[in-house]
Amino acid sequence: MAHKNIIPFGPQHPVLPEPIHFDLVTEDEKIVDAIPSISYVHRGLERLVEKRDFIDMVHVADRICGLCSFMHSLGYCQAVEEIMKIEVPERALYLRTLWAELSRVHSHIFWLGVAADAFGYESLFMQSLRLREGVLDIFEETTGGRVILGVCKVGGVRKDITAETLQGILDRLTTLKKDLDELCTVFMNDYSIKHRLVGVGYISKEDAYTLGCVGPMARASGLDMDMRSLGYAAYKHLDVEPMVESGGDCYARCLVRIRETFHSIDLIRQAAGKIPEGPIDLKLKDTPNGEYFSRIEQPRGEVIHYVKGNGSKFLQRFRVRVPTFSNIPAMIKVLKGSEVADVPNIILTLDPCISCTER
Amino acid sequence: MTKTITKNLLSGPATLMYPKKKRRFTPLTRGHVEVDINACIFCGMCSRRCPTYAITVTKDCKEWQIDRLKCCVCNLCVEICPKKCLSMENQYAPPVTDKTTAIYTVRVEKEATGT
Repeated sequence: MAHKNIIPFGPQHPVLPEPIHFDLVTEDEKIVDAIPSISYVHRGLERLVEKRDFIDMVHVADRICGLCSFMHSLGYCQAVEEIMKIEVPERALYLRTLWAELSRVHSHIFWLGVAADAFGYESLFMQSLRLREGVLDIFEETTGGRVILGVCKVGGVRKDITAETLQGILDRLTTLKKDLDELCTVFMNDYSIKHRLVGVGYISKEDAYTLGCVGPMARASGLDMDMRSLGYAAYKHLDVEPMVESGGDCYARCLVRIRETFHSIDLIRQAAGKIPEGPIDLKLKDTPNGEYFSRIEQPRGEVIHYVKGNGSKFLQRFRVRVPTFSNIPAMIKVLKGSEVADVPNIILTLDPCISCTER
Repeated sequence: MTKTITKNLLSGPATLMYPKKKRRFTPLTRGHVEVDINACIFCGMCSRRCPTYAITVTKDCKEWQIDRLKCCVCNLCVEICPKKCLSMENQYAPPVTDKTTAIYTVRVEKEATGT
């Protein structure tokens, strides 16, 4: 019987982009238990509903996280709009879909870069981030912000995209797709990368379901779960196809994200082809009175925004259940029984976003 | 690999040689808020709308003040201004070494006295 050791991992660790801490109980090189602890970046954003009215809260929701900032404001706006029974103009819905999919593209490319960095591929990391820059430039041109877009508002969107700009975006996405193709062959076929990912961090379909996995983590284990098929925003008019893999290991999760990136580019093309003319926002007359659960698909999985209003300018309750939070139990399960050297890879393939988790 | 190396050698750096080459902002870029103080009626709508309480408007001494470090550049004040005297400039606010230098005050009598 080997001696048990506790190895602290995080909150500051070279492979972790965000602060999460694990106490890894090890026997030799094997991990027998992992105890997570979070709350290093808690900011109390949900409580701000008492101080800022429901229109300003969009900007607070926007700042919950950097990578999925647009998705948070989208989820929040959707919830408030449902409560207030507002019919958002079609064009605004399409524009939201466009930005949401662009967010997914940039988040997944960023993840590929960070993952490459974790298994020691510095150059691949740089290449990925160079490609991501193109998407950020599109954001800056169309919304005015590179990371925090601030473009969603209750009742519509703030900025319109002209037909020429849209064509420009599509042209740039074609080039991006070509470059990405080249990059992704490395991720999919490289011997060393496969060696680090295939068979590592396996989670079965049943476990993924019982532990409440969402997003790429669930889809990599064969669960067909994609909130976009609920048909919020303009997804009801587009052909959304959940990217499901059956591997259940780190490699499958990597594949799901790569395939989703290409699918997102395809969805943007579809949305650009179908986008109708018309107004982009509505004037608000009322205040929200009621409650609603809004479910949308973030790059990391399903996010739930719960909003409760009592008819005044200030909301009563705002709660966000983020995908990382529901993936943590699965993360623990996967970590048990793995090797110490695989821990960074396993944690990264879950794509944890701690800023979201703690708000 | 040879392909990547040749491409990198021929295409030059992907980054911007910053101080030599200035970054070009898009017309929509939210950089910082500017005020045309002569058109301002000191209604205080901008300070009430501001999500971060960055703007202070004093009607008595006709003073408009913004803390650039608090401002989250959301464009709400520009949208709500009834006289359209606020505008969003493309250039980001310059970096500062202490917090008080980021507070920008404009009065009607003495124009644009940055403190």
